[in-house]
Amino acid sequence: MIEFLRAVKGRAYPRVIGALREPSWMLWDTFLPLLSLSAYVFVYRSLHAPREFEGFVILGGIMTAYWLNVLWGMASQFYWEKETGNLQYYIMAPASLESILAGMALGGMFGTTTRAIGILLLGTWLFKVDMSVTNPYLLLLIFVICLAAMYAMGMMFSSLFLLWGREAWVTSSLFEEPIYFLSGQNFPVKALGPYLSMAASIIPLTLGLDAMRQLIFPSSIKFALMDPYLELLFLSILTIVYLFLAKVFLRKMENIGKTKGTILTRWL
Amino acid sequence: MYAIEVRNLWRIFKTRDGVVEALRDVNLKIKKGELFGLLGPNGAGKTTLIRILTTLLLPTKGEAYVWGYSTATEERKIRPIINMVSGGEYSGYGLLTVKENLWMFSQFYGIPGKVAKRRIEYLARRLKFEDILNKKVRNLSTGQRQKMNVARAFLTDPKVIFLDEPTLGLDVEVARVIRDFVKEWLLENDERTVLLTTHYMHEAEELCDRIAIINEGRIIALDTSDNLKKLVSREFSLVLRIHPKINISWINKIEGVQKYLTREEENGLRVRIIMSREESIADVVDGIIKHGAKISYLKKEEPTLEDVFLKLTGRGLE
Repeated sequence: MIEFLRAVKGRAYPRVIGALREPSWMLWDTFLPLLSLSAYVFVYRSLHAPREFEGFVILGGIMTAYWLNVLWGMASQFYWEKETGNLQYYIMAPASLESILAGMALGGMFGTTTRAIGILLLGTWLFKVDMSVTNPYLLLLIFVICLAAMYAMGMMFSSLFLLWGREAWVTSSLFEEPIYFLSGQNFPVKALGPYLSMAASIIPLTLGLDAMRQLIFPSSIKFALMDPYLELLFLSILTIVYLFLAKVFLRKMENIGKTKGTILTRWL
Repeated sequence: MYAIEVRNLWRIFKTRDGVVEALRDVNLKIKKGELFGLLGPNGAGKTTLIRILTTLLLPTKGEAYVWGYSTATEERKIRPIINMVSGGEYSGYGLLTVKENLWMFSQFYGIPGKVAKRRIEYLARRLKFEDILNKKVRNLSTGQRQKMNVARAFLTDPKVIFLDEPTLGLDVEVARVIRDFVKEWLLENDERTVLLTTHYMHEAEELCDRIAIINEGRIIALDTSDNLKKLVSREFSLVLRIHPKINISWINKIEGVQKYLTREEENGLRVRIIMSREESIADVVDGIIKHGAKISYLKKEEPTLEDVFLKLTGRGLE
């Protein structure tokens, strides 16, 4: 267990240091998403939509920052590590790939959280978003479990990316927009109808956003998909399922890669 | 028990263009404490063999063992006791300093922070890079970077270390520091074992207790450097520089010429001929002049491992 934690700490370190040592990235990663969020806010304002919708957009922007980190900093990371030559040393080391990925996740969460806080503070200040948290403990718990489920999902995807070459880049891009849509990044996911919104619930972001909106904007309960406690339960189940699948897939994909020679050999 | 044992090992890659037999029926036994060299040209199968032994690749057929553990089924037992350095590798993160990078890799082996710090300082002293410990990796020169890579691998105090072309592209001084360090490291413990792949024959001659020559996936000779050179003991090498470039295939017809190798140089050719008759040197010189070329350099040399390779395969190492 100590070895596992050491590996987690080791791999988290470059990300934490990266965020602190090059803070200019944070500025751009906060400012640019805020521009796209502003567009949605102005659309809602011009349509005279309920004020909590503007809050939905800010919350969506915050959680999307994490989703992008899951895609680009977790799922496709093994592809970049292969290109730079680190992957062979990760696989060759006694540390498990799970511990390396957990380190990436924690390090990534740190960098993303600083950005998310920036989006939250600037967004609420600029658009005068009124937030009244009804149950802060439940909100925090749902936020944490939602992140855990999202990063576990990223860990699962990373096993697939372990085998892919340049397709990894394309696949990451492909996962961006559909997830924005299905998770209801900027609108209540209930609007998708019962079947599609239920299907979209396998994406942790969908349940997390829906639950957090209810707890931050109590007047939005009428737009909610289900009770936040139920969403917390589903998120917890998703975390366990994705972690289990990640473990199974990582072993399986490593074995396929070692058999075919595709883990390290770029010309195959 | 051997440090490394390979039995009837095959590795076949299926590519879009067909099938590549990277290793063909390879057999090796490397004793504990040995510095074993694998000498061969690019594409001979050296790196493929190392990847199998470092548990990064499965063999298509045959078996490979490190410290008695199967590389195919017992990789968890092998990984803590091995490490590897590759020539021209770019591992680590440019944003981190050398010290931070080394510490990070040490964490994947569960080394406590204080122990890692002590070892990093020790290795930096031994490999002469103390002055760059706090320098960001992205600002390092090739030689500095490779010293860091070597330290990364030795930091975990492995029982078996795989050095895959570790001095590739390095200047003479850095290569010498690395070679000296490897030799000293081996002397500190009887069981430490090194498998070195290289296509620099002088490196193999200087460092290795035994050398296997590998070509097109097959081990074609295996012995000490001196014994290998006995394969060409009755011959000598004639090295010539001629200009302009001419076709010298006629040289094969001269009695006593066994094999020859040419390398294009600016405005001319460098020719290395393995010969068994001193009297034939005059015929070679006459022939070159008759074909309209001039000789700017001519030297008779004692046979080297390159000559052994040339004799066995008909091609050069580089």
